[in-house]
Amino acid sequence: MAIPVEGTYGMLAEFETPSDLVRAAQAAYKNGWRRMDCYTPYPVEEAAEAIGFHKNRVPLITLIGGLMGLVAMFSLETWISVLAYPVNIAGRPLYSWPAFVVPAYEWTILWAGLSACFGTLALCGLPTLYHPLFNVPNFRSGATDDKFFLCLEATDPKFEIVSAREFLEEQGPVSVVEVEY
Amino acid sequence: MATKDFTTNDPMIDPETGEFRVLGQGQTFNSVTAKISDIVLTPHTPWGWYGFFVVAGSVTGILMTAVTWLFLKGVGIWAITQPVAWGFAIINFVWWIGIGHAGTLISAILLLFKQGWRNSINRFAEAMTIFAVVCAGMFPLIHVGRPWLGYWLFPLPFTMNVWPQFRSPLLWDVFAVSTYATISVVFWYLGMVPDFGTLRDRAKSPFAQYFYGMMSLGWRGSVKHWMRYETASLLLAGLATPLVLSVHTVISFDFAVAVLPGWHTTIFPPYFVAGAIYSGFAMVLTLAIPLRKFYHLEALVTERHIDNMGKVMLGTGGIVAYGYGMEVFMSWYSASHWEFFMMWNRMFGPMGWAYLVLIFCNIAFPLTTLWVRKWRTNITFMFILSLIVNTGMWFERFVIVVTSLYRDFLPSSWGTYRATKWDYATFFGTLGLFTFLFLLFVRFLPMIPMNEIKLMLPSAKIKPKEPAAAGSEGH
Repeated sequence: MAIPVEGTYGMLAEFETPSDLVRAAQAAYKNGWRRMDCYTPYPVEEAAEAIGFHKNRVPLITLIGGLMGLVAMFSLETWISVLAYPVNIAGRPLYSWPAFVVPAYEWTILWAGLSACFGTLALCGLPTLYHPLFNVPNFRSGATDDKFFLCLEATDPKFEIVSAREFLEEQGPVSVVEVEY
Repeated sequence: MATKDFTTNDPMIDPETGEFRVLGQGQTFNSVTAKISDIVLTPHTPWGWYGFFVVAGSVTGILMTAVTWLFLKGVGIWAITQPVAWGFAIINFVWWIGIGHAGTLISAILLLFKQGWRNSINRFAEAMTIFAVVCAGMFPLIHVGRPWLGYWLFPLPFTMNVWPQFRSPLLWDVFAVSTYATISVVFWYLGMVPDFGTLRDRAKSPFAQYFYGMMSLGWRGSVKHWMRYETASLLLAGLATPLVLSVHTVISFDFAVAVLPGWHTTIFPPYFVAGAIYSGFAMVLTLAIPLRKFYHLEALVTERHIDNMGKVMLGTGGIVAYGYGMEVFMSWYSASHWEFFMMWNRMFGPMGWAYLVLIFCNIAFPLTTLWVRKWRTNITFMFILSLIVNTGMWFERFVIVVTSLYRDFLPSSWGTYRATKWDYATFFGTLGLFTFLFLLFVRFLPMIPMNEIKLMLPSAKIKPKEPAAAGSEGH
């Protein structure tokens, strides 16, 4: 592990088209870079593949959340109807589980949906209102509009200011800038 | 479906397929961003917006008055009594929540079916869902008579140890509708986060930068974030689809579980869901047609969208027509005197006019004209048709609720139903509230998802120079 370069977050290259970005990201991965990220105004799956990001844990979190909702509601209904507040309605059984299915079903969806949303935010580390990339003027004006960025991060063992800049400039970017904290 | 009526030099028709284009030509990433975010970020609010806002705000004022009076006097100010104990409140509740369902259908089901054309209309269809659920959810709450005890609906540990009755469809409704509202808001907000990022970066005023900056949660467009976001969107769509079907199914259980002729029928769940989507698409048209004209969004919401929505309405309208037909058939086939009388009374009794209005608005008019592509793409015609279908679907709920109730088993208990001015004030007031919220939405939030439109542009296609890069797809 190399020590990160003091005061530098990484080296940021701007590209005009998504194809340029994907090619640059593929080249960087092949070149041995691992700590990097692409920034695009809309989802570019090929870029995520190129930097070696294939899987995420959102589906697992959603599944666990959904199962918890199911168990929580079904147990609550059973506890209320059988133990806490048993009401005899026309001699029907207290444990009338078919009627409990509907709220349990709704809560499965509720908990799964909330887990998907908050799980995604947590995995992404959002909300993060400050990020070093926002210090870069062309990132602020382009990343959420029509420009495509590749950032080689300073935490990568290969990172060195000069070699990172040289590598990125070979990829045909519009510009390469150093990102400071 | 290339037909000879259309010339191929029409710029809105793709010469290869003969279909209408989903997006107008000549759009770039930047033009999409500029077009959509400038509607929100411009310091000049259009005068027309103020005009509508004042009108909608006044109508919302009527709603506030009606609800205040209701809280002071009780539900006796409405026309509900015996035998019609369920009146406008439940009619409006079912109508509004049905309208909401098309928004979820567009945002969730069409996403799962990879219908790219939905991208232009899904955001404001979702907004429509949320505002419709706001209007719908209000009715059961104010209808309970003592709205300050509304929290008794939820299983909360009270000191008196009373718990809700989980065997009742009315309680299922509480969970279905509250889940629906929550998931709709979550789906809508998560979808807007990247667009808030765009607005933050384009905003000139410090207040807008601050506001959209907070709302964007610091979104910076990392592809890792995008991939999780895409997974979450798909999962939420996959969850919202069974949810939306279950919500209207549970609402139909409110009726179908009762033993009353006209309610006690197994066709209700699919027929309610189809009717909900039918009326919801009509409402999307009612909103989309003036919006695209007013904000000059013809290149993003094209004839193709109007045409496709017409096709969906034709399909769901057909299911609704089947539902009506089956109700009539079963009233005869059941060989039940009460069922038969209910249907006869519904069609030819004192409120037979309501049934005629419903048949005309939901079947006779739309299901004969929507087959013709020329009319489906005629914007004025579709706008009028959407209003007619919305009216018809309101009457459908009126017919189901009132004509099943007012003449039941025992002639001595027959009555009638005549809505009071407070019923009308509450109903029209919710139309005002809906418009009011929607106007706030189009002014302050991005009404078309920029990132999803950009994904559909031809320039978003990845063109690999080396053939080795061609194999990457899926995640």
